[in-house]
Amino acid sequence: MSARLARRDHRDAWLFLLPVIAVILLVAVWPLARTFFFSFTDAYLDEPSVYSMVGFDNFIEILQDRSWWIAVKNTLIFAAISVAIETVLGLAIALLLNSAIPGRGLARAAILVPWAIPVVVATKMWEWMLNDQFGVINKVLSGLGLVDHGIAWTASSSLIMGVVIFVDVWMTTPFMVLLILAGLQLISPEIFEAADVDGIPAWKRFWSITLPMLRPAIGVAVLFRVLDALRMFDLAYVLAASNENVMTVSIYARDRLISFQELGVGSAASTWVFLLVAFVAIIIIGVLRLDKAAGT
Amino acid sequence: MQNAIAQRAPRKPASFYRLKRRVVRGLQIFALLLVLIYTLFPYYWAFVSSTKQGAALYRSALLPALDFTYYRQLIDNPIFMGSLLNSAYVAVSTTLLSLIIGISAAYALGRIDFPQRRAMLMIVLMISIFPQVVVLSGLFELINWLGLFNRPSALILTYLLSTVPFTTWILTTFIREFPRELEEAAIIDGCSHFRILMKILLPLMGPSLASTGILAFILAWNEFLFALTFTLTDENRTVPVAIGLIAGTSRYEYPFGQIMAASVTVTLPLIAVVLVFQRRIVAGLTAGAVKG
Repeated sequence: MSARLARRDHRDAWLFLLPVIAVILLVAVWPLARTFFFSFTDAYLDEPSVYSMVGFDNFIEILQDRSWWIAVKNTLIFAAISVAIETVLGLAIALLLNSAIPGRGLARAAILVPWAIPVVVATKMWEWMLNDQFGVINKVLSGLGLVDHGIAWTASSSLIMGVVIFVDVWMTTPFMVLLILAGLQLISPEIFEAADVDGIPAWKRFWSITLPMLRPAIGVAVLFRVLDALRMFDLAYVLAASNENVMTVSIYARDRLISFQELGVGSAASTWVFLLVAFVAIIIIGVLRLDKAAGT
Repeated sequence: MQNAIAQRAPRKPASFYRLKRRVVRGLQIFALLLVLIYTLFPYYWAFVSSTKQGAALYRSALLPALDFTYYRQLIDNPIFMGSLLNSAYVAVSTTLLSLIIGISAAYALGRIDFPQRRAMLMIVLMISIFPQVVVLSGLFELINWLGLFNRPSALILTYLLSTVPFTTWILTTFIREFPRELEEAAIIDGCSHFRILMKILLPLMGPSLASTGILAFILAWNEFLFALTFTLTDENRTVPVAIGLIAGTSRYEYPFGQIMAASVTVTLPLIAVVLVFQRRIVAGLTAGAVKG
């Protein structure tokens, strides 16, 4: 291709990218820059134009707030446990749906239902099913004689994190299943036939063939899910508003910003959230790369 | 060689293997049933609860009472119907805008070779995964400045933050799947990139646009954080926020019947779309992740 044509191509490429760049600048880069800027001010939301610069005071204030650290702990626990369960459960369901059994087409469609339901709706549905007096879960448990009286799932401070994780697993396992199923379909069946002929037991086939070959698919799915779990807001907010037992960093930052109107401190909290998520993302991407390097 | 065979356990009769196969098959079907109950029962239960009145709601009869009073109340409730309209307006506009912006960007990222291509793709991907709360204060200021606070249009603008990187990414993977030979003749004839996109690729991309559009629509329809923050009054709410904020007069009078009726109503169109376009949705969801 001649240089002139290449130049025309480059110019056209930027023309095609113009709308997406405009959107990114307007709703991502600019607001992000303003958030960083506000974190160094003592501005309030009702009068954002009146402020003075306060240096790193807001960042230090956040680090000295006990609630912030509780929110960090909650977020990390929530992300780690829910993604771990989703991965194992997603793998199990994907393997099941990948085998030739009657009704798997129906199940593949059904698995999309929890994924498509709005988080708010899913939360309300489970809140109703887990209701201490009238919830169907407690009815079943007491019917089976497992409990004497209904368990207050969402009112008890020790159980509510479990409920949040449980509802999240219900909603997002389908995503895992779909990604792992797609990965499974990339593995050629001949490998399994060969292993079968050699008389390799099923568990060993799974451990030494399926799992290593699924690694890239699972890695990408885990990365997406962890980053998504770290920014979780709606589920815990709808279930428990600002209850400290399940308050995530997103809820904490929004509370400071909107409920308390502290634009400066709230922005600093948001910036810490950004740094936290970026840190975890870098670690996960690093681990995935190392795995790749070790595998080859 | 003979030794190896001799050391193996004696071969079991064929009936053993037949029995084993049947047991495995039975267990698989049982597991499949469990999966179906796990994924579908909550939604079924929401429907059952939404058709029960008064005390019947608190008895756990498994069959629906088919009393649609709550649904009639919802239809007669102008605020709820208004929030349905808001949600539809916001989600449809967001989807159309992000498809147009996304296809244009995807053409450049998928079809034109230019030096910063990989960097642009990485930026797009990074923006789609960073937490929305981080831009909340900046967006708040921007929306106030544009005079959009407490207007559904504010949501269209802010939803582009998550939907545009998403549609760009997925449409790029879809465009790359088309063979380049499609456009070679056109390029030799000196056809412009704009004409190639409009006349050659776009007519083939109906299915890709459909699956990407459905995913973007679901994303916009379900969004909660921005909708909660950037709208203030009941008549400007979207449905998820309206449902999230329904509250009873006390903990013991929590209107679960109404909430379940509202939940079933807003989810029914989504489930219908998802079941009809099942294959397309799975194609869209996995396109970005596995091949990307």
